[in-house]
Amino acid sequence: MKSQQVLQRFEIRFSGLGGQGIITLGKVMGQGLAIGHGYNVTQTQSYGPEARGGSSKCDLVISSSPISYPKAESLDVLVALSQEACNTYYPYLKPGGALVIESDLVKQPPTNQFLGLPYTRLAKDKVGIAQAMNTVVLGSLSHLLPFINQKTMRKSLEAVLPEKIRAVNAKAFNLGLRLAKKEWGDDVGAVWEKE
Amino acid sequence: MARRKKRKEIFALGNEAVVEGALLAGCSFYGGYPITPSSEIMEIMASKLPQTDDGVFIQMEDEIASMGAIIGASLAGRKVLTATSGPGFSLKQENLGYAVMAETPLVLVNVMRGGLSTGLPTCPGQGDVQQARWGTHGDHPIIVLSASNVQECLDMTITAFNMAEKYRTPVILLLDEITAHTREKIEIPYEGEFEVFSRTIPSMPPEWYKPYEETVRGVPPMPPIGSGYRFHVTGLTHDRNGFPTQRPEEVVELMDRLHRKIDQFFYDIQLVEEIQTEDADTVVIAYGCVARSAELAVQQARANGIKAGLLKLKTLFPYPRRQQEKIMANAKTIIVPELNMGQMSREVKRVNQGRASVRTINRIDGQIITPSEILKVIMQG
Repeated sequence: MKSQQVLQRFEIRFSGLGGQGIITLGKVMGQGLAIGHGYNVTQTQSYGPEARGGSSKCDLVISSSPISYPKAESLDVLVALSQEACNTYYPYLKPGGALVIESDLVKQPPTNQFLGLPYTRLAKDKVGIAQAMNTVVLGSLSHLLPFINQKTMRKSLEAVLPEKIRAVNAKAFNLGLRLAKKEWGDDVGAVWEKE
Repeated sequence: MARRKKRKEIFALGNEAVVEGALLAGCSFYGGYPITPSSEIMEIMASKLPQTDDGVFIQMEDEIASMGAIIGASLAGRKVLTATSGPGFSLKQENLGYAVMAETPLVLVNVMRGGLSTGLPTCPGQGDVQQARWGTHGDHPIIVLSASNVQECLDMTITAFNMAEKYRTPVILLLDEITAHTREKIEIPYEGEFEVFSRTIPSMPPEWYKPYEETVRGVPPMPPIGSGYRFHVTGLTHDRNGFPTQRPEEVVELMDRLHRKIDQFFYDIQLVEEIQTEDADTVVIAYGCVARSAELAVQQARANGIKAGLLKLKTLFPYPRRQQEKIMANAKTIIVPELNMGQMSREVKRVNQGRASVRTINRIDGQIITPSEILKVIMQG
């Protein structure tokens, strides 16, 4: 295996609406990075008291050294799955950080430098269920972030999920991976390659 | 020596770590009532306890009854756990006092949320600190612990069970929403790697047994109900045989012993972690999730050439007075950041007696204090 890239506080924020599977997405990705890749990872979450609707947010901090402060302060990657979330958290994005949006739901991106895919539509049309949307996001991020080993991530996705939804999610993961490669290009994550 | 066994690694919530810790410590009874943000402890207990040999899980009708359930189970010889948050913690106070008086070992986890009353259910807070100390009525001793990361949730839960059993007392473990709802990679220690303490049971024949007899440690042996030893359990002030008394010399003997059994073991109970405090002239005293912000702020201050340090409190009460006095040899400024209007800074100021300058950072809007807020105050000196 290739030696692991050294990271110093790489911060990712997933944000959107309650019910979109944002916290599950953070959990799966955190599990993959912590157990599969061996990084230090903290995943924190904040959400409203509502069961559905309302806002939802999940922070991942990834580092090769122990992490003290568990929340994200200046983001390397912001994943915004709703217009409101995009507006709220865009100011926290580092200069040079990447904005990833749900291009159907975020109609007015605050910048023209963003990476977008219509995740919900893709999940509904190509995978068959809209709920697999978060796994499509995971797939596309696995292409974007150069320190993620796609095979390891796929394996830990399978380890976390219950048997009956494994196949659907594997399909969604591959879809995200493939489309990100096609739409965003092969060297989209090159900025983080050598850090 | 045999090769060291590899510890199992999991990516877990703070609440999950509490459950893992409880099971490792030998917990076999959970009585509770769910409340955000502590619900995961109950959910996971409900699935895991029945899979153990003799584990019993019970959901009670409310928090008052769940305290009653765990006190009963503890008297029957079980190691017991319950978990709650603010509003439930208030309800548990009455029976908590009973457990102190009846010297019943139990562990009560309170995951603090923001605000008072039902407040901010999904936001962090640290507003229950003095309630944990003084919430139940009467002049009582109590042990209050806290944890600031997921590994500590596991470790401190084991410690809480050990202290409860060692000193026959309720132990409160204060977490906050951020610590409880953070997922991190933790290592689960293997059996034999950590100490597990169980209550002393009487060795004399049942007819000689006096349930509340004076002992050197101040902790009388405790037989499980139904093992042949007879004893009477009451919340009334009682004599050595466990029956109510109002005779001043017997009252004072009981009250003295209740306090002494905790106070005289301060070196075992008062746990702190010192980070770069040896030469620090500015020390942050913090606990819970805020201690993590403080740790980063201290690192950043050191990078700027400021001699900063962190005293992280793992035991909140009895307050680690000696450890604070130790850092005050060098410290000119003490900073106490907390998610309330200054509940722990009271203790700090009491010990400080005007020697160092004590600055407080208080935040009560349901958000965590960020490292940059603490750094700003450190830089001001």
